[in-house]
Amino acid sequence: MIKNKIGSVMVVGGGIAGMQSALDLADAGYYVYLVEKKASIGGVMAQLDKTFPTNDCAM
Amino acid sequence: MNIEIITLAEVQDIQGEAGNFSVDVLRHPRYIDEDKCIACGICAEKCPKKIIDTYNAGLSKRKSAYVEYPQAVPLKYAIDPDTCIYLLKGKCRACEKKCPVDAVNFDQKPETSTLNVGAVILAPGFEPFSPVKFENYQYAQLPNVITSLEFERILSASGPTQGHVTRPSDHKEPKKIAWFQCVGSRDMNRCDNPHCSSVCCMYAIKEAVIAKEHVGDHLECSIFFMDMRTHGKEFERFYENAKTKSGVKFVRSRVHTVNPVPGSDDLELRYVTEDGTIQTEIFDMVVLSVGMQTPPALVELANKLDISLTPGNFAETSTFSPVATSRAGIFVSGAFQGPKDIPQAVVDSSAASAAAGEMLADVRNTCTKKQEIVPEINVQGDRPKIGVIICQCGTNIAGVVDVPKVVEYASTLPYVELATDKLFACSQDAQETMVELIKEKGLNRIVMAACTPKTHEPLFQDTLTAAGLNKYLFEMTNIRNQNSWVHKNNPELATEKAKDLVRMAIAKVAMQEPLEEVELPVNQTAMVVGGGIAGMAAAKSLAEQGYETHIVERDAVLGGQGRKLFMTAKGESIQEKLAEMIESVTSDNRIHLHLNTQLTNVDGFVGNFVSTLSSNGNATPLEHGVAVLATGASPYLPTEYAYGTDERIITSLELDKKLMDNDAALEKLNSALFIQCVGSREPERIYCSRICCTHSVENAIQLKEKNPEMNVYILYRDIRTYGEKELLYKKARQLGVIFIRFSIDNKPVVKTENGKLIVNVVDHILNMPLELNVDMISLATAIIPNTDEKLSNFFKVATNSDGFFIEKHAKLGPSEFATDGVYLCGLAHYPKPIDESIAQAKAAVARAITLLAKETVFSSGTVAQVDPMLCASCGVCVSICPYSAPKFTEDGRFAGKAEINPALCKGCGLCSASCRSGAIHLKGFDTDQILMQICEMDEAV
Repeated sequence: MIKNKIGSVMVVGGGIAGMQSALDLADAGYYVYLVEKKASIGGVMAQLDKTFPTNDCAM
Repeated sequence: MNIEIITLAEVQDIQGEAGNFSVDVLRHPRYIDEDKCIACGICAEKCPKKIIDTYNAGLSKRKSAYVEYPQAVPLKYAIDPDTCIYLLKGKCRACEKKCPVDAVNFDQKPETSTLNVGAVILAPGFEPFSPVKFENYQYAQLPNVITSLEFERILSASGPTQGHVTRPSDHKEPKKIAWFQCVGSRDMNRCDNPHCSSVCCMYAIKEAVIAKEHVGDHLECSIFFMDMRTHGKEFERFYENAKTKSGVKFVRSRVHTVNPVPGSDDLELRYVTEDGTIQTEIFDMVVLSVGMQTPPALVELANKLDISLTPGNFAETSTFSPVATSRAGIFVSGAFQGPKDIPQAVVDSSAASAAAGEMLADVRNTCTKKQEIVPEINVQGDRPKIGVIICQCGTNIAGVVDVPKVVEYASTLPYVELATDKLFACSQDAQETMVELIKEKGLNRIVMAACTPKTHEPLFQDTLTAAGLNKYLFEMTNIRNQNSWVHKNNPELATEKAKDLVRMAIAKVAMQEPLEEVELPVNQTAMVVGGGIAGMAAAKSLAEQGYETHIVERDAVLGGQGRKLFMTAKGESIQEKLAEMIESVTSDNRIHLHLNTQLTNVDGFVGNFVSTLSSNGNATPLEHGVAVLATGASPYLPTEYAYGTDERIITSLELDKKLMDNDAALEKLNSALFIQCVGSREPERIYCSRICCTHSVENAIQLKEKNPEMNVYILYRDIRTYGEKELLYKKARQLGVIFIRFSIDNKPVVKTENGKLIVNVVDHILNMPLELNVDMISLATAIIPNTDEKLSNFFKVATNSDGFFIEKHAKLGPSEFATDGVYLCGLAHYPKPIDESIAQAKAAVARAITLLAKETVFSSGTVAQVDPMLCASCGVCVSICPYSAPKFTEDGRFAGKAEINPALCKGCGLCSASCRSGAIHLKGFDTDQILMQICEMDEAV
């Protein structure tokens, strides 16, 4: 059994993967630190034009 | 509110153990105070230093003071210390002088802080492979040889060419574009990336199809490839359509040189065609489909953090714990776990959340903040006092629409108390001013003229709630997407249209009443349908996170298809792991098993389902808040390749059985042959079953290892060992497995002659017919979903034309349904290997827990309501509603009249539009509101 468990989670990387983890955890009752190397989150997906199959704008 | 975004930051070290880590985080200075910056853009405008715009993949310039793109989060400028003239040379400070809010602060210093957390999820992503060192493609020398990411920017409306496809050298529209696949993937000679990047085939096809849409049908697009890997859901159909409908050319060849055509910017490609002839062809542009790799700095960090990596430098995980790294309490998701596409990244990100949740369930809600509930102001009976906010959206709206004129006009309209504009109405500071304005001016209705309510309405409604206003006293009108963007060339008319739209919104909101949302409890029990690997993984994760879970399985045993499988791609024994899994599920007292049981009815709605479980004629009700559908799939029973006529012709699963039984006959075989795509990628089943290539390659290796002298052949159409499974393909070739490709219109023929098993196939390299005399044939049969129409109807979830469940969103909601409270995972979604099934099971659980954790749900306020006095009991609403929300009242004064369950109603308006008695009102879109809007347009007679 781990002592002094902490109810917060760090997510490293603010791309689509990191953002999804952060949202799930925050909605499940954990405090999340989302650490991003760049000046804003979004990652590579924000650079993509449209995505298959809906051709939605990736932004 | 419970996510703290820390930008310009890097993890330096992680100390401690699972449940209690201390993480050292280095924060680099932004040189702009985030709290003060209003993102006006003056710093960037005044900054004299032009540098390469990395967001546009180097195709355009930006300034040293920058925001990556207008939708960036946080929308705060930053100063790039590597290029800023002041930071490098000590002179300039133009941004500081011109900033209207004194946000520039050159005194900021790097800071290291230590944060205590219970778990860490690594989602650091990948870097696109740099093709500079591929001299034969001359990427660095020839401007019209670009990477796929650069092309993505060229296609984008927000890119350097506003989506107009032109080539970099002379901005001419290209007539012929070539894509080269596997640049920096599946290549050990010129780079060290043995893996397949999994995504490039699909994005190249997408880019080619979209390029043709932009330029027109006359654009010739050719994709040069080795194996076409469209193994994802609906991908094969997209590939087929690209070939047949869009006319994209697919050339199976690796181009060996690109040379400039003297006197022009065109490019000459030399390649060898399938029949062995050398071809030369001129193209206007070449796009290199670059692969994914782990950046060196990340490899270094992983080593420091004691996280094991695979040979391809991805985080090592096991099949049965697909998101756990080698260090307990540190999880991984996204491309650092292995090259993957967006849906898969979203799946394992949710899975990582579930895995962290399993570990930290008992300390949930100990670190989070609760939203303060602002008491609602009663506006009933008050005269409307409307506040109108016109968003400039940077230059998106203000660049076309004369915003001050619209503001001035709006302030003259009835009931308008105040009209104002905002640079970005969605920015944090704008929300704060909105709250102040509402309080100060006593506003009781708000009109927002900005972008689309689809993305931004919830944000503004939260602001109303924070100011104590009922969130439905709000109307949003879109003067960007439906005005400034489409009427760019006609600013005057666009301004007039903006005025019209604002006037209509004001007329509508004036009639708006506060609406109530019904609060409903969420039953804290979960039901999982299906006791295969996915279903068990989901149940286990739910139980670990503290929820009572029921598994409904129609068979007498747990395990599903997993019981028939021999070994994973990573070499783990499936039966051993499956037994452990079954044991941990059966011994968990929070998991209740219902074997030999079928689901015979489902009533209720999100948070409050009542399902009927039937077993041996006994029906018992089960109340549950959420449901996870993990109903699995079955192998296709082949009719082709003489299956069933000779016991030496078997399916992959039958071969697995022999391997599991350690059948001594196997090593005595002189030759064995595998045939791929049996039932998959056929006109009646236009999908790839995703796992069969890896499965056959793995079994071929097993046979070769049992008996190296055995001749082993794999007859295939495209080998699709995506990701690091490519290493297995390589190993098989090294062991001497012979791969022979065939095409769909020239399939191999299997026959028995005088007791001999004979396969005829045309060899693709020699272009010669071959006759192979073999001792065993293993058929890689398709995976067919267990379509159950009753189940689909129970939960109102749809299946696609192949019979797989349709998820909420192909990219962003892969593990949930459009029906609230219902989730999916495993083979019922699409064929997938065990690691991906388990990841999706955990992902479905993570999504379910976001609902369970709320404990209550609110129905929407914009729901339909029946006036029973007017209802004629015709039943049209009952039959037309796609969500089964209306039903006939059973007793009381209005028995026989329709009533609508607000928890099921989605506010689509079908019923109110089709009610012939005018008895149904859709709240928030009531007839008088719509009529007022029409009157304001002077359209009403």
